[in-house]
Amino acid sequence: MAFDKMELRDIEVWDGNFAAAQALRQSQVDVVAAYPITPSTPIVEGYAKFTSDGYVEGEFVMVESEHAAMSACIGAAAAGGRVATATSSQGFALMVETLYQASGMRLPIVLNVVNRALAAPLNVNGDHSDMYLGRDSGWIQLDAYCPQDAYDLNFVAFRVSEDHDVRLPCMVHQDGFMTSHTAQGVHTLTDDKAYGFVGDFKPMNDMLDFEHPVTHGVQTEEDWHFEHKARQHNDLMTKVMPKIQAAFDDFEKLSGRKYNIVEKYDMDDADVCVVCLGTSVETAREVATEMRAEGIKAGVVGIRVIRPFPFLEIAEALKGVKAIAALDRSSPNGTVGMLFNEIAGSLFNTDTKAMLSGYVYGLGGRDLTKAHLVALFKELQANIDAGKVTTPLQQFIGVRGPKLAYL
Amino acid sequence: MSEMKKIKNLKEFSTSADRFEGANLLCPGCAHSIIVREVLNATNDDLVLSASTGCLEVCTAVYPYTSWDASWIHIGFENSSTAVAGAESMYKVLKRKNRLKQPERNPKFVSFAGDGASYDIGFQWISGCMERGHNIMHVVLDNEVYANTGGQRSSSTPIGSSATTSPAGRVSYGEKKNKKDLMGIMAAHGIPYAAQVAPNKWKDMVKKIQHGFSVDGPVFINAVSPCTTEWKFDPKDTMHLTDLATDSLVFPLYEIIDGHELNITYRPKNVVPVEEYLAAQGRFKHLFKDEYKYLIKEWQERVDAQWAYLQRREEARV
Ligand SMILES: Cc1ncc(C[n+]2csc(CCOP(=O)(O)OP(=O)(O)O)c2C)c(N)n1
Ligand code: SF4
Repeated sequence: MAFDKMELRDIEVWDGNFAAAQALRQSQVDVVAAYPITPSTPIVEGYAKFTSDGYVEGEFVMVESEHAAMSACIGAAAAGGRVATATSSQGFALMVETLYQASGMRLPIVLNVVNRALAAPLNVNGDHSDMYLGRDSGWIQLDAYCPQDAYDLNFVAFRVSEDHDVRLPCMVHQDGFMTSHTAQGVHTLTDDKAYGFVGDFKPMNDMLDFEHPVTHGVQTEEDWHFEHKARQHNDLMTKVMPKIQAAFDDFEKLSGRKYNIVEKYDMDDADVCVVCLGTSVETAREVATEMRAEGIKAGVVGIRVIRPFPFLEIAEALKGVKAIAALDRSSPNGTVGMLFNEIAGSLFNTDTKAMLSGYVYGLGGRDLTKAHLVALFKELQANIDAGKVTTPLQQFIGVRGPKLAYL
Repeated sequence: MSEMKKIKNLKEFSTSADRFEGANLLCPGCAHSIIVREVLNATNDDLVLSASTGCLEVCTAVYPYTSWDASWIHIGFENSSTAVAGAESMYKVLKRKNRLKQPERNPKFVSFAGDGASYDIGFQWISGCMERGHNIMHVVLDNEVYANTGGQRSSSTPIGSSATTSPAGRVSYGEKKNKKDLMGIMAAHGIPYAAQVAPNKWKDMVKKIQHGFSVDGPVFINAVSPCTTEWKFDPKDTMHLTDLATDSLVFPLYEIIDGHELNITYRPKNVVPVEEYLAAQGRFKHLFKDEYKYLIKEWQERVDAQWAYLQRREEARV
């Protein structure tokens, strides 16, 4: 069986899920093992349909749980081919054990995580609780802000993850429903160009090379475990960013679309800025422009790479700002938000002594409106005008009932 | 299909391949290693292997060493079956795409797991693999206990056995539940082949493993694996214990083809009383107190009933 190419228009109207499914098709993923969960399901349905229609030559394995999905992906990746799947929320949570096993075995796997809240209470809508649950699991994590990004970043993910110097699995995040189910114009690549960018899969230590048997997933105790984990961490910290940057550069040459590890918007002379992820980046950019018309020098920093966290690029982007808001779309449960923490860590030993406030917003799919962001930029400006932080360190945006603020 | 390996005698069999090295950390007398060798030595085909977390895994792949001279993977406690099923899926794709490095090879995919990893935590994963029809063999090293973590009960632990989480004590005779019938459950998936094997009956084992490798689709093998440490017997007695298990019919040897056709493959000439089997193991010692003697009687009745049932099913040919 050979697969057929698909003719695409230069611009197709796709939602984020379908965009990701098309990227899996164009990358000619060998094995997708999956279990359905809203809102990520259409990604694997798309791959399954492409397989049924002869546009992919791969195997679609519809397993009995997300844990099994990642288990099969790990076995398939160790066997030596291109592997991907998708999940959200509870499914992601069920996968967590295997996420560590995939990265610890240094296996290239691409996981599309369509971000969704974690129960209880049960909720199918978007927030970043699942994204943050995976943040110490040793995976590279890229964040898409819109369907176009969801399409493009999958190619980057395969390219970086499968690089023999990297050999770490990679997640591509997109916001549940807001990106996954919102159709927009997506600039496409031809099948040949897309496949040319990700390239043929090059196996390493593959189990199906019978002349060179390999042992995967060994036991190490106190005599070796630390070395393995430290090496893995070192590679994530030192090798991945340059590879992502190189992939972004090559992707720009191919498509004309430019991605940055940290996406700066109006940051050259900004006094106040918002740091955020996902779909809120676009909203924040619009509001920042409006604030400038009102005389507030506002900017936005969007994080594109969540792991490894771009500490240096963040410090560079935030040089000179006076007040920063870190926006976290997950309930931090007992501490400050994840972005607040990371940004504080990025700035601590630098000359930037900006005031930093943490905001929790949008849990379970709650809207972040322009009005929320206007008020927020004004609060930051008020802090600058007062010469000190006059607002609480941690606030919840738009939650009903008494205002929730701490510290 | 590749030609089946011909084996003349035990000596030749035991030295006929070295894909599982004698150098490992399993207890002296552990039946796990004997069973693994027998399974691997039954074929000359290339192998892709997996193991669940458990004694076999922690004792054979301790970095920077490995006892395995065939590709082998361990992911977690529950998913050895799915790990090897993932590799089998990749094999199918790469064969179709002409990307195999040695396209002429015809590998077999085997996962090994303890009873804990199969009867309990890995149950769902195995069931999924069976239902989906992966071309894999799942082999249970059934020592009827969580040995690696120090002897907790599993749903394979037989009634009256003293395990650390169902200990015999002043007011308890230990495990209260009967062993789960995993063979029956697995056969009910309609898989092409399910069989119980024992390391002492090596010819029967070879036949069954070779049959398993010859069919297209999932195969389930349940192997009795006496554990010197948890069953509490002298390491030199492993084969004696296995003989008692098969000859008392506590662990009957049979196969189920295509989910229904049952064949008994070993009929002991002299059936040993169950009492002898129980008496040989420390885990049943307390059953010989007067107040628990009735349990030994019940044991015998249960084994007799099970044997009668297997024979009826065999005769019925349904
Ligand atoms: C998810 C998970 N739960 C628990 C454990 C702890 N654990 C490791 S091995 C094991 C018992 C293994 O028993 P079994 O499968 O019967 O194999 P045996 O060691 O007896 O050969 C347990 C409970 C684990 N590794 N992973
Ligand atoms: S505890 Fe039992 S199963 Fe584990 S290695 Fe020892 S004898 Fe084998």
